[in-house]
Amino acid sequence: MHKAVNAVDKPLSRAWLRERSELGVSAVLVGLGVLVLVDAIRIHTDFAQRGPVGPRAVPVVVGVGLIVVAALLARDVLRGGRGEAEGGEDVDLAAPADWRTVLLLCGAFLANAALIGVVGFPISGAVLFWGAAYALGSRNPVRDPLLAAGLSVVTFVLFNNLLGVPLPGGPLVGTF
Amino acid sequence: MDSFNNLLEGFATALTPTHLALAALGVLLGTAIGVLPGIGPAMAVALLLPVTYGLEPTGAFIMFAGIYYGGMFGGSTTSILLNTPGESAAVVAAIDGNPMARKGRGSQALAAAAIGHFVGGVIGTTLLVLLAPTVAGFAVDIGAPDFFAIMVLAFIAVTSVLGASRVRGFASLLIGLAIGLVGLDEMTGQQRLTFGSLHLADGIDVVVVAVALFAVGESLWVAAHLRRKPAEAIPVGRAFLGREDLRRSWKPWLRGPLIGFPFGAIPAGGAEIPTFLSYVAEKRLSRHRDEFGKGAIEGVAGPEATASASAAGTLVSMLTLGLPTTAVAAVMLAAFQQYGIQPGPLLFERESALVWGLIASLFIGLCLLLVLNLPLAPVWAKLLRIPRPYLYAGILFFASVGAYAVNADVFDLLVMFVIGVLGFVMRRYGLPVLPAIIGVILGPAAEQQMRRALQLSDGSLTGLFNTPFALVVYGIVVVLVSWPLIRRLIARPTPPAEAASPEPERPKVDA
Repeated sequence: MHKAVNAVDKPLSRAWLRERSELGVSAVLVGLGVLVLVDAIRIHTDFAQRGPVGPRAVPVVVGVGLIVVAALLARDVLRGGRGEAEGGEDVDLAAPADWRTVLLLCGAFLANAALIGVVGFPISGAVLFWGAAYALGSRNPVRDPLLAAGLSVVTFVLFNNLLGVPLPGGPLVGTF
Repeated sequence: MDSFNNLLEGFATALTPTHLALAALGVLLGTAIGVLPGIGPAMAVALLLPVTYGLEPTGAFIMFAGIYYGGMFGGSTTSILLNTPGESAAVVAAIDGNPMARKGRGSQALAAAAIGHFVGGVIGTTLLVLLAPTVAGFAVDIGAPDFFAIMVLAFIAVTSVLGASRVRGFASLLIGLAIGLVGLDEMTGQQRLTFGSLHLADGIDVVVVAVALFAVGESLWVAAHLRRKPAEAIPVGRAFLGREDLRRSWKPWLRGPLIGFPFGAIPAGGAEIPTFLSYVAEKRLSRHRDEFGKGAIEGVAGPEATASASAAGTLVSMLTLGLPTTAVAAVMLAAFQQYGIQPGPLLFERESALVWGLIASLFIGLCLLLVLNLPLAPVWAKLLRIPRPYLYAGILFFASVGAYAVNADVFDLLVMFVIGVLGFVMRRYGLPVLPAIIGVILGPAAEQQMRRALQLSDGSLTGLFNTPFALVVYGIVVVLVSWPLIRRLIARPTPPAEAASPEPERPKVDA
């Protein structure tokens, strides 16, 4: 999808960059490519190598590939090419990105990661579900927490006791 | 007749109570997931990968295949009643299915779709029974260079055939390959991209990557642009067909699989292209050409039969060659890896009970799906009213459970978060997700096969090209790479009228 690019903006001005924020993807690809290459060079190949192709070859190819693709992508963006944002049933691309929702959702996700070892899955999972539902706009003060707690406990029992996949129970279930 | 006996034994495997229950669970989940917006069969199977720790492989694959087929059935319900496809295979069903529903013929559209899926699935699965052992037998001698060639084909196909931009496809593939590099080199034990971390020495588990890219990335992306008022579904009664509808539908049902099955088996993006081709073919052949785009039942019946048959075709490549042609197949391949089973020509010998049990359960699943979908369509349609906050909160919840269950390690949750943010950025800037997941799953295997082939040839590059099979596969790769040129030469005869049909903007590869 090639959109008309506003030619009036000066290169590297803020509006110019915003229009070409996809250059950031190129930057990430270059960074990743350099990382892969640096790591590949560090690998010792003098010992333990079996066969003519060592552990370095593929990382070097991938690293170089990333940098080449980053350059091609940057060229495409500078020529007016734009990646097409993905649509979907629940996606309204006409609306501007809602960063508050995204950050709240990230918070709920990371809260689970931080809490799971401390208070156990039944609680941290409920926090995750309730937090995520809140972030996405659900404000029912009774149904939301009940649903979160129910889902969390049922999942815990299903995985931990029936499927044999251990989840941390935390202090609440510690005595069982 | 050998296949027939194997299939009978497969039915014996599939008809045990546990496997029957898992097949039923799979088709139920699959239909629900197909109907639900935001979740596709690939995401569903990814979210369910942790069950591979608790279930034996045959049962797990019976369930996964049920989800795949069920997703096809459910996806068209969303297309018809909501005009937004539940998953990419059902994009075409919206073109005529939704106008039918708006005219009050939703029941007929749902029936044409459901029976179409059944017919397509039965024909496709029968072809799978007939062809898969032959393909496997033909490929049984293939060695390291051939496997490497097949994987190169998979890489090139997912980046070149699908998506609007090749550069972005390759960017996605390389990101996947880079993620696949993390961990100890299998041949020498050297650490790569581990940064001295013990957590990373075992590599990043493919469950974590798949769930991160499909589920976490999707949830974050939807959160950024959540439609505040979900589209209203058109109310509908029980699915049924009148005599006239039946007369118009049966030929499209039978024609669809002929298009769908071969396209499913080649790496050309699963059901998107063949369903569209089937639509065009039905339009050309129909005596009611003027009705197309306004509610022609042939436009629903043909493409839906095509979609299910393409799912069967996908299984041929996945089971006989280990070549995933769709996102679902890629995730199922990851499940095989979890069990330490290598899909490929030897699968039919080594895991005969698994393969034939799986195939037999597909027939059982199709019958269950027909029963589930014809009378119960209005019930499934109710799923469209699920509050979106709960839906996406639930996806994140199960994603976390799955990632944590892998190693019982919080570190995996953090890795999943980082890759999930990557998935968000990829959706924002039009980098397709499928190449990345194929890169993660096939990358390490491709490297091993390449190094093994070069070991055999003592480092000479001819070791990669010294079999006829590999040469044929590289020939296909060359055609794919030069496809834009070829297409320019043959694209002339498409009638411009197609552009006028009210077609959904772009097939969305819904995970």
